[in-house]
Amino acid sequence: MTQEELLEQIYKKDSKAFNSLYSMYSKSLYGVIFNLIKNKEESEDVLQEVFVKIWKNIDSYNDSKGRFFTWILNIARNSAIDKLRSKDHNKNLKNLSVDNFVHILDHNATVVNKIDAIGIREFVMKLKPTCVRIIELLFFKGYTQQEASDELAMPLGTVKTQNRNCIKDLRTILEV
Amino acid sequence: MNREYIESGILELYVFGVLTEEENKEVRDMARQHEDVEAEILSIEKAVIDLSYTVSPELSPEVYHKIRLQLIEKHAGVVQMEPRKSSAASYIGWAAAIVFLFGMGYQYYTYNEATEQAQSASASQRGKYDQMVASLSKENTQNEKALGIIRAKSSSVVTLAGQEVAPNAYAKMYVNNEKKEIYVDIAGLPEAPEGKVYQVWALKLNPITPTSIGILDKNKVADNKGIIAVDNFDGAEAFGITLEPAGGSPSPTMEQLYTLGKV
Repeated sequence: MTQEELLEQIYKKDSKAFNSLYSMYSKSLYGVIFNLIKNKEESEDVLQEVFVKIWKNIDSYNDSKGRFFTWILNIARNSAIDKLRSKDHNKNLKNLSVDNFVHILDHNATVVNKIDAIGIREFVMKLKPTCVRIIELLFFKGYTQQEASDELAMPLGTVKTQNRNCIKDLRTILEV
Repeated sequence: MNREYIESGILELYVFGVLTEEENKEVRDMARQHEDVEAEILSIEKAVIDLSYTVSPELSPEVYHKIRLQLIEKHAGVVQMEPRKSSAASYIGWAAAIVFLFGMGYQYYTYNEATEQAQSASASQRGKYDQMVASLSKENTQNEKALGIIRAKSSSVVTLAGQEVAPNAYAKMYVNNEKKEIYVDIAGLPEAPEGKVYQVWALKLNPITPTSIGILDKNKVADNKGIIAVDNFDGAEAFGITLEPAGGSPSPTMEQLYTLGKV
């Protein structure tokens, strides 16, 4: 199902809309949230909050805000960051644990998703270390180009083109 | 020109949601006008959705149920009944009041008769109530027993997640290493179809070796209200539940693997 078809279902208040929304995005959003919070129970709570927010605010979404996935991705990242702040994680977001998504991939695959993750996992491990850092900051943590450039001590324009090359590598791996 | 725009890396930042509002609109307009830009955006999006999907820890089916409940059942719009008044309605109101008054008189008359009937009926009713109380207290004992199993200090819980045939199914294992008892709660599984039973397997992982620790036939399922004792198995590393023909199978039918979870 495409994003457009999903939105149509949601706007029509189709009873299947929730199931479609959940099956298309829950696991990815959970991945993003968990990558920030690193605690399964808290991440589940945040995921629940995120779905409530999506559901309640769906009328305020339009494509001038970007892709639908991007919109819910931002809700997920922001909710996770709020959660971290609410727990007096007074560490600045930028000083969050050094763990990145590759570590999570390594430590968290369960018997169940190990089976389908194993192939992609090996490949994702092959991403260049710079790529892991760039994707971690820009995609998983939602850093702006400027913030990432400061963090990585890399010129602004380089961040953008490097990121492009990294996502290209990822797409070759994933064949998308 | 599009190639250059695509290669600039702005589309990735667009999908990641880290651009300003103006930049967002600019990219959206480009995507509307140029198919290759749109296609590129979709591929980038697919890549990061897959990536975040892959790094996600397993998401228990309970989360799905919890969220669904919260959204559909609590936040579903309550339909407001609009009070509608018309002169016809008020006539009907008055007419109803009059009928009601006459009715009251008749009711009072029949009330006496009814009381007599009720007294004789209540004897047979009482019998039924006694039966109900008995079955409720039996149920209560079962529930208390179930709670005892769940609450036991030495019990550890293993949640089994739904698999391909039943993604929303789940089950829980309560493993009590002290008492050497294992229980399974299958309230999250669909009812087994006629002629089929759920079979519980304890697994060793390296190499994967399943051992049957219980066949949940109909009688067992009904009597235990979902929490059922199975055979103890020391050192199980994972548990799985499959649907098997009545009587169980010597080895699990993997195509009918309903739930699986690691200890």
